[in-house]
Formats: sequence, C-alpha cells, structure tokens
Amino acid sequence: MQREKLVLVGNGMAGVRTLEELLKLMPEKFDITVFGDEPCGNYNRILLSPVLTGEKTIDQIMLNDERWYRENRITLHKGRKVTRIDRLRRQVLAEEGTAAEYDRLILALGSEPFVLPVPGAGLPGVISFRNIHDVDLMIEATRQFRNAVVIGGGLLGLEAAHGLMARGMQVTVVHLLDTLMERQLDKPAAELLRNSLELRGLKFLLGKETAAILGEKRVKGLRFKDGAEIAADLVVMAAGIRPNIALARSAGIYCERGIVVNDTMQTYDPRIYAVGECAEHRRQTYGLVAPLFEQAKVCANQLAQFGFASYKGSVTSTKLKVTGIDLFSAGNYLGDADSDELIFKDAAQGVYKKLVIANNRIKGAVLYGDTIDGTWYFQLMRDATDISAIRDNLLFGKAHVGSAGHGAAAGRIAQAPDDTEVCGCNGVCKGEIVRAITANNLFTLDQVRAHTKASASCGSCTGLVEELMASTLGSGYSETPRKKPLCACTDFNHEEVRVAIVANALKSIPEVRRFLDWRTPDGCHACRPAINYYLLCAWPDEYQDDVQSRFINERIHANIQKDGTYSVVPRIFGGITTAAQLRAIADAADKFKVPTVKITGGQRIDLLGVKKEDLPGIWGELGKAGFISGHAYGKALRTVKTCVGSEWCRFGTQDSTTMGIRLEEMSWGSWMPHKFKMAVSGCPRNCAEATIKDFGVVAVESGWELHIGGNGGVKVRATDLLCKVTTEAEVLEYCAAFLQLYREEARYLERTAPWIERIGLAYIKGRIVEDRRDRKALAERFMESQKHMQIDPWAGLTNNPDRRAFIPIKPVRMSPDEATVEA
Amino acid sequence: MTWLEIGSIEEIPRLGSRVIKTPAGDIAVFRDARDEVYALEDRCPHKGGPLSQGIVFDRRVACPLHNWIIDLESGMATGADHGCARGYPVRVIAGSVHVNI
Repeated sequence: MQREKLVLVGNGMAGVRTLEELLKLMPEKFDITVFGDEPCGNYNRILLSPVLTGEKTIDQIMLNDERWYRENRITLHKGRKVTRIDRLRRQVLAEEGTAAEYDRLILALGSEPFVLPVPGAGLPGVISFRNIHDVDLMIEATRQFRNAVVIGGGLLGLEAAHGLMARGMQVTVVHLLDTLMERQLDKPAAELLRNSLELRGLKFLLGKETAAILGEKRVKGLRFKDGAEIAADLVVMAAGIRPNIALARSAGIYCERGIVVNDTMQTYDPRIYAVGECAEHRRQTYGLVAPLFEQAKVCANQLAQFGFASYKGSVTSTKLKVTGIDLFSAGNYLGDADSDELIFKDAAQGVYKKLVIANNRIKGAVLYGDTIDGTWYFQLMRDATDISAIRDNLLFGKAHVGSAGHGAAAGRIAQAPDDTEVCGCNGVCKGEIVRAITANNLFTLDQVRAHTKASASCGSCTGLVEELMASTLGSGYSETPRKKPLCACTDFNHEEVRVAIVANALKSIPEVRRFLDWRTPDGCHACRPAINYYLLCAWPDEYQDDVQSRFINERIHANIQKDGTYSVVPRIFGGITTAAQLRAIADAADKFKVPTVKITGGQRIDLLGVKKEDLPGIWGELGKAGFISGHAYGKALRTVKTCVGSEWCRFGTQDSTTMGIRLEEMSWGSWMPHKFKMAVSGCPRNCAEATIKDFGVVAVESGWELHIGGNGGVKVRATDLLCKVTTEAEVLEYCAAFLQLYREEARYLERTAPWIERIGLAYIKGRIVEDRRDRKALAERFMESQKHMQIDPWAGLTNNPDRRAFIPIKPVRMSPDEATVEA
Repeated sequence: MTWLEIGSIEEIPRLGSRVIKTPAGDIAVFRDARDEVYALEDRCPHKGGPLSQGIVFDRRVACPLHNWIIDLESGMATGADHGCARGYPVRVIAGSVHVNI
C-alpha cells in the first residue's frame, strides 16, 4: 500500500503525543515528517521549572530523544521554523528552503508568551519563560546579575520567580492585580500564598502596572504607571500566553483566539488538524497536559481512519506546586449569588479550604496547604454528585466521610522519605512510584497503576498517588476524571451498555459487542463478566449464562486460593445449625482430608484447601446432609449474620434469628453487581453488626429499623437508616426492593456503599420508601428473578456426569518427536 | 522431546482451558475463539497462579490471582508487567491436539 504523507508542525508534547498514539494504531500508514523550531527532540515542557531551579537537567526531561524519531522512521527537521503552508500544493515550507508535501497535516504550534507592549520590551535582559532557550538565558543571567523582576503573578510567573530565587537572585514579582493567581485562587487563599512566599524571601509589588522598561544597552529597571521605579538586571515577562496562530492565519485557516477545530480536531481545512495549546475547541483553549493528551488521542484515531473517537472538551482542575506549597483549584471557585460557600481556615497551620456549593452540588473548590482531597472534590463536582448527605463532613475530606480508610494518614506525601509506603495492598513505596513516573514518562493514573500496581487494588491510596504525580510531574499535571468506559474494549460506560441491552433487547454477549461496536473480538476479562451480569439481570428467564465469561470462582462455584486449591462454604441459613449438620460437615472434611476448617466472619464454616477434582465429591457429601452452596465465592448474597435475639437473649426485642433465616431463604442464589452481606440484630446493642452491612436490620421494641449501604473492609462505612417498619412481611418486601434496585442500577463490581454515595440516599428513599408502587414493583421483579436463580449450583454440578471442568485431561498417547526419530 | 496427543479439541472449552498433568509439572492447554490451541506451563510468572483457571480472550489469558495478562503465543506478560510462562509447541491434526513436551 502506498504510504500517505503526514507532516507535523510543532515538535512539542501535544504533537508528538499524537504521533505516538497514531503509531500504536497504524504504524505503517504514514510517512511522517516533523518540523520543530527548537534544536532538540521533544521534552516535557511542564518540567521547565525544576530545570530552572536546578533540580533537574534537560536530559532528565526529554520525552523523545532523536533515537525515537529514527526508530520510528520519522524525519525530524529540528531547529527549522515553518514559514508558510501552501494549501494548494499541499506543502509546508520552512526556513532555509526545507519543504515537505503532505496528505495530512497536524498543527501543534503551541502558544507564545504575551509580551507587554511597553517601551523597552525588546531590550537585552528582557525574556519570557516558555522554552529551554529561555531557561538557559535565565540561568546565564543568575551567574552575572543580582536583581530580577518577574512581571506576572500567575502560575508561570511564580514558578519563574521561585526558580530565580533558588539560584540566588533577589526577586520581585510585579502583578497588575492585587491578588496572586487570580485565575485559580480567591483572596484568602492568595493572601496565604503571598505570606508564605514572602517568608521565603520573594518580594511583591501588587496592583502595579508596568509603563516602561528602562535601560539602554541592557535592562536597568522598570517604571510603573504611578511613576515609581525599580531596579532590575533581568526582567521575565510571564504575563500570560497566547495560542500561536500566525502560521495558520497566514495560510487562511480560520482562527479565533486559537485555530478553530471541530470534535475530530479538524480545522476548517479537512486535511489539516490542530492539537494542543494552539487549538480552539468549542471556544476553549487548553494549556494543561491532560486535555492535550485527550486531543492527541482523538486526532490519532481520526488520522488512522478509525473515526469513532471525538473530543468533547475537558473540565480541568489545577493542582499547583509552587515552591512546595500545595494548591488546588477547580471550577467556579469564586461562587456567585446562587451559591453557598463552605470554608475551613486554619491560618496557623497554613490550611484553607473552600467549596462552592449550589443545589447540593460542588461547583468549585480552592484548597491551600492540604490538597489531598482535591481529586475527590473534583470527581464529585464532575459527576454532579448530590452531597447533601455528607455536607456536614465534606470539608474534612474523604477520610471523614463514613470511612476510616488510609486517606487519613496522608500528610504531605511529597515531603515524605522515599521508603514511605503509599500502597498498602501491593507494598509500593513513594520512591518506587516517583522513579516509575520519571523513568517511564508516565502521565496518567492508569499508567502509574499499570507500572507500579500502586492504587490498583483497593484504590484508597489514589489521592496519595495523585499527589505524587503532581509533585513529580509539575504544575501542568492535571488528570481529568472523565466518563469512564466499561473497559478498554469500548468507549461506552456501564450505564450506556445497560440501557442498550434493555432498549434493544440484546440477549447475548456477542450481540452486545456487535451492537455497540466493540473494538476487540472477544471482549476482555473486565467487560465479559460485567456484560454477562447485565444480561442475566435484564433477562432472568431467558439469558443463557456464559460460563467462560465468569471469573473462575463463579465458574467453579468455589473460591480459588493462592495455591490453586479451593474453599468450600456450605450455606447455613441465619447461622443457625444443628449437631447433625456439623457432624456431616466434619465427616466431609475427614473424607476429603480438608487441611483447614475455619469459622468465617459471616458465621459460616469454611473448608479450605480442597482440590479442584474433589469439589463435586465434597459437594455430594454435603448435599446428602441437605446443604446447598453458600455462594461465598460469588457476586451474590453471601450470608445473613444474626444474633440470638429474643429467643434467648435477655435484651432481645425481636426474633432476629428467624428474621435472618427468612431473609436468607428469600435472597440466596441471586447474582448481583458485587457481594452482598446482611445482618439482623435483635436489639439496638447490635451484636450482629448490622450497621456495617449492605442491608442491616436492627430490631427495636416497636418493629425493625432497616439500614443500607454499610460495609467493613478497606473503607469502613456505617449504614444509612432507610426507614423503620413494623412487620416481618415489610422487612422482606423492603429488602427485596432494595436488592432489585441495587441489581438493576449499580455498576458491576460496585458495592452498595460507593453506589449510595454516588447516587444519594434521597434517591433510594424516593424509590423504596416514598413510592409504594415502585417498591412493590421492584420487590416483584426480584421475586420473579429468584424463580430462575434459586437453583443450587452444587447439586447441578454434582449430578452432571460431565466432570471435564474439574479434572485434568488424560493424554491418549505419546509419540516420539519426528525430529528426534530422524536424528 | 515427545508429542503428547491429548485428544479432540472439543475436550477443551472454547475460550477456556484444560490442564495436563506431566512429570514436568502442569501444562495449561487453551483454546481461543478461532479454535487455535496454545500450551503454557500452568504457572503465572507473577505469583505462580494457575493460568488454566483464567478468563481467555483474544490470544490472552488473565491470571485468576492478580489479573496479570499473559500472551498465549509467547507466554510473555503484557502491559507494564514483566515475566514469562514457558510455552510448548502445539499442533492440531484432524481435530486432535498434540502438545510437544
């Protein structure tokens, strides 16, 4: 196939990222030529500040060295500025007569510093802070001169000032407004920032407008509108950046503030794409890394002619690292007439937090000094989560909202020693994460998870890992929480897949994949179990369960252990058993030489270390004594834990054991998005710990309290009180309705606790407590589904003569290798 | 080196796996959606998990213990993980599967 010609103008992060994404998709499609006006490969521009301070060298921030271009057979014209695009001949022309023809052209021109139009702006010693050349000039100046003035009290200006100060200069920051970083901070936060920067030795002149830069051969000082003057040997202009559109405009490509692109990153000339800081999409331009990378992905997808990706814009937050001061800002952080503010301020500790709330949703946030919850607030804001239930504790952070997770131990991870453990599940230390980020050029949380496993298991250290990413990657780092697709095989999320299944009567996994244009032929280990569950939930009477799409535990109805053996937990309804039952379990354990017998946390008996081949045998033995599967391995009802209740206990108010047995009899066998645990306590002393269960019942003199959404585990969450009812029939009906709502609406692998936090208690009350008809309908659907679910899988497998799923294959014959025979 | 004939391809579920016990250890035999057959030692390079019990998709298997994704053709861990499960040559003659051990 004839290769098409692709030219990239702009050898920076956005453009090269587009090429990387494209090479992943279609390495052979294009002959690629790159023009860059800087004399080197592609480096990480957001790490220029550490180069200025001397913490890093240019080599350490290179993303693509020249070898990368060679290896990917990309022609790199470095240090060549493109001067003209000839759209008729489809050519780009650069300095010194270099030219290249294109079939497709990517413009990734970045932005240029805004230079104040004042007299003297062109003097030697007046520079901007934009590329490696500027940094070299600044470092050079620090060797000879003493007084620096930075014009601009925004992020870039403060970083430049910090770097120059670190190299021994006296630095004054001049800012037009009287608030620093007014694009990200409100006044109180800006004040805290200014105080602490002043303590570190920076000087500020706020509310000063520069009128002229003084000097003849070299800059000598500045004069302000009010007539005051200040001496300076170096002036850094950091008063803002502008998308670089001159080249595009001269070629007649439509521009406003940036080069205007559509959702496929195409400009008004369909052969020409624009990505990065120079592009304007839906009236927005972006200067942060995450949006640029999202654009790169979409552009590559379009260039590869896959055509399904589109860019819808990014919601951004800024997590800033100025001089080791933690700042976070997102959304409408100033608020307006319709919003409330939640404010926490502890000036002595240097902590300030403000959340802007409207309609019980977070609209914006400013955090200073303690930013560990920034990502969480941002996620709540993005998802428009109703925060009314957690409003009281919201400002104290995620660790204080019904949880005792690891987040509370946060502190300042960036300052912690390298051997600080960040991820307790996988034993990953801070140093390892930082090394992985730098060595592999990681930019996203998912990448860090893949490389280090940190935050890849329970996720409770996600905030810490993101802190580390921000402190390692610099201030341009910003992860955009987005509509999370179900898995890498698709762009659709869980809800969209579920809706499609029901609306279009999709009844098998291949049908779902075909209908929703899955990218992979068989799906993957993440999407197949999810779709299998969604189909099972949608069509309980029709759907043919796909065993190969289930995790081994549910395929084999036992729980795989680290050594490849399995555990067997027979169901003991309500935790009430008999001597005869216990004897039968003991006999089965003896017969199959079970090495470990354990009482579980849910009041059941666990037989551990059973070989796969023995599973049908031991089930058969247990079955003879009347046992069925306890589903201790499944995303299903696990156990109903009970206390002895009024039958024996002197405090008991109701018969909790019978209630537990009724609930378990009603609910066993039902597949769910995740495991589901219940408990019934006979009085408010709550010995069955019902308030950390998915559905907990607590008996009181006058009836039953129903509690929902609790769990122990990584993040302890106490239940929310759903309501109080009086009769056993009501307990069962409310329970069935809640189970069905959870089954129908939670995402696969989402437990009730995060589900309730996501959708809000009010919604669940609305469906189950306030709407009687809805409750009855939900409960009915649950009971209908149970007709098809309450089939003991152990009995089925024991009685099936085909044991192939359990036993090894026996070879039919051995024959010598032909090669061996000939020899 | 010998060829071990393990019988009809139908003995292995599609997108699934069976185990052969050999003196050299357990070998997992996988069958993908296109009826290609692969054989790997039944040990994940990560923590020794039985790959035969994983979910098979495309030409890969997800280890049941910690979800490492192993390429069935090469035995190599994919993504950012590093490690390799030993592979064994496989041939299918007239619907019967042979593994070279």
